[in-house]
Amino acid sequence: MKKLRILVVGVGGQGILLFSKILGQVALKASCPVAMSEVHGMAQRGGVVETNIVLGGLRSPLISAGEADVLVGLEPVETLRALERARKDTLILSSTDPVVPQIVKDGLATYPDLEEPLKRLRETFAKVYLFAGERLAKEAGTPRALNVVALGALAGTGVLPFGKEDFLSAIRETVKPKFLEANLKAFEAGFAVTARA
Amino acid sequence: MHPLIKATPGEKLLLLGNEAIVRGALEGGMRVGAAYPGTPSSEIGNLLFQLQRELPGLYFEFATNEKVAMEVAAAAAAAGLRSLTCMKHVGLNVAADALMTLAYLGVKGGMVIVTADDPSCHSSQNEQDNRYYAKFSGLPMLEPSTPEEARQMTAYAFELSERLELPVILRTTTRVSHARAVVEMGELASYEGEVKGRFEKDPRRWVPVPAVARVRHQVLLEKMREALVLSDGSHWNRRLGQGKNGIIVSGVAVNYVLDALDELGLNDQVSVLILGFTHPSPTGLIANFLKECETVLVVEELEPFLEEAARVVAQERNIPVTILGKASGHLPRFFEFHPGQVKAALARAFGIPYNPAKSPDLSWVPELPPRPPTLCPGCPHRETYLVIKEVLEELGELPRAVFPTDIGCYTLGLLPPIQMADYLICMGSSVGSAAGFSVATDQRIVSFIGDSTFFHAGLSPLASAVYNRHRFTLVIMDNETTAMTGHQPVPSQELRPKELDDRPRIDLEAVVKALGVPRVVTINPYRKEEAKAAVKPLLSQDELSVIISKAPCILYRARVAKK
Repeated sequence: MKKLRILVVGVGGQGILLFSKILGQVALKASCPVAMSEVHGMAQRGGVVETNIVLGGLRSPLISAGEADVLVGLEPVETLRALERARKDTLILSSTDPVVPQIVKDGLATYPDLEEPLKRLRETFAKVYLFAGERLAKEAGTPRALNVVALGALAGTGVLPFGKEDFLSAIRETVKPKFLEANLKAFEAGFAVTARA
Repeated sequence: MHPLIKATPGEKLLLLGNEAIVRGALEGGMRVGAAYPGTPSSEIGNLLFQLQRELPGLYFEFATNEKVAMEVAAAAAAAGLRSLTCMKHVGLNVAADALMTLAYLGVKGGMVIVTADDPSCHSSQNEQDNRYYAKFSGLPMLEPSTPEEARQMTAYAFELSERLELPVILRTTTRVSHARAVVEMGELASYEGEVKGRFEKDPRRWVPVPAVARVRHQVLLEKMREALVLSDGSHWNRRLGQGKNGIIVSGVAVNYVLDALDELGLNDQVSVLILGFTHPSPTGLIANFLKECETVLVVEELEPFLEEAARVVAQERNIPVTILGKASGHLPRFFEFHPGQVKAALARAFGIPYNPAKSPDLSWVPELPPRPPTLCPGCPHRETYLVIKEVLEELGELPRAVFPTDIGCYTLGLLPPIQMADYLICMGSSVGSAAGFSVATDQRIVSFIGDSTFFHAGLSPLASAVYNRHRFTLVIMDNETTAMTGHQPVPSQELRPKELDDRPRIDLEAVVKALGVPRVVTINPYRKEEAKAAVKPLLSQDELSVIISKAPCILYRARVAKK
């Protein structure tokens, strides 16, 4: 079985833990060995949140510099911040909708203009998919489904040893009925980003 | 029914290390549990607190601090019931007074003490290595490396504890407690009916006056010899591979070592000794291992606990082996390890070429704004800080004000624009250090503590401050919950979920007044002008005073409303 290291980064409140949980359930159902490491506690108060997920028999649920096979960023600045854990051939998926930190709102730091860095990102790495995750989630019915848009995008690349239906059934089992329809739509929207590309 | 207790033997679940510990405890027949929350241990208590509603044979309480929790669990075990207490690493400092003598007393029912260490200080004020508590107290210790091991070891720890009549320390780290992986369920114990133990009096066992303590210390040392035999023969201490190059490893680093051997293509060329039963360290096993190796790299996070144990064995038995690790500079004594770092250390120790994976040139990445954790939008702590700050400003006292602070979300008052956190040691230190500053300086001392932290370690220093006539203002930020660790209950809370409605409520203001604090006011921090007027007299005089700023945590309020 192919070994894969998947790094998921974003901001507290974006639903990274749910992203990881669904992906973990998919792996569990498919009997694919999976381990992950989550950030809890004080780090979640509006700070950077990440999950390290390893598949296919890797044991270490932590990804070192240059070792990510896949980098999923739910926020563009967080994607940029995590790049030292990627290699040239790392598959990169990132939402381009910014979440401006409180410290910027307080005037104590600046949020960079993203146009140039995102251009360089595409030039530097071999496989980069950028998408307006929050907009796609809103169109699907709730901006909170950004995490599931990203999951759809990851599934759409075909890099994981799981079928689309595996993801859909894990979403059905995990997401509350009230939000299910929006999340299924969000998944499809993300899936379309990478599957058609 | 909660999925964790619904799951049948053989079923596989994706569990957090802490969830696996709970499952293991319930497979091991735990009856009584008590804890004070603290990251990275908190989910254990949260789950047990929740599950007891579904399991009549399980009792769990949130105690006001770790020492109380340990005493509750110790007494249950003295009465023959299997018990568990869990805490973050620094929590064991609070419980250490109980721990050290509990080791002399021992237990009848199995007792497990979970300590969750936090290398890299993800959510802690230090990264102390609690393995030394096992050595210090003379208690056996188990260290899981994965959630699956956490489940199995917890269940086994109860047996081990009963066999030795000693509490057993189960030591995890953040990357074990908060790792999520596939765990296979064992059989749950029966929790159908309430079970009571019975305490059999035996003053020569349970009352460590000097004459008893002197005997019990020897009993403890005797039991340690027995534990050593068990450790030497334990299947948790196992060997893999072969060769003159060896690795001794424990904890989460086991995963890093096994992956590194795979990736460096060294699987059959290196001998590995994996240790899970780490105190007493299996000296016989280590001796045999060292004898077969020329060079041994010890891979363990934080202090050189096993490295030094291995050096003692080598010296005592005159084994000519080179031991590498912290002392040799191959691995550091600080922060958690990373897989790449372990790979590099292995390659260096055994002279193997290794080209680490590299990221491309990233010099084009612009300066990125940091995202320090912040108080939530609408958080009452921010309002409290502003009320105090504005009044001190109006009084011209702000430049000479010192703000001792405490452990909780409000420690974030450290950051701009608030910047009202100047000194912190540990839980409750806001009160004791305020007393110290008030005698040592002429500065204006205003200290901050949360409601849960006040019950944990603030009551006795406040009594001391009253008696010693200290002059400072203590602000109790009463948000009616233990917010930072996930909204555990507090004895003073009025806002609470239905299932806690029948609990008594301890009136904070009444407690503070009963301690004899000369001036006490309660404010609502959202009513700024009213609040400012109320605190102004207290902040302008040189006398001990307490301000209770009462407004529920907004996240907690939303959570209770949802239920």
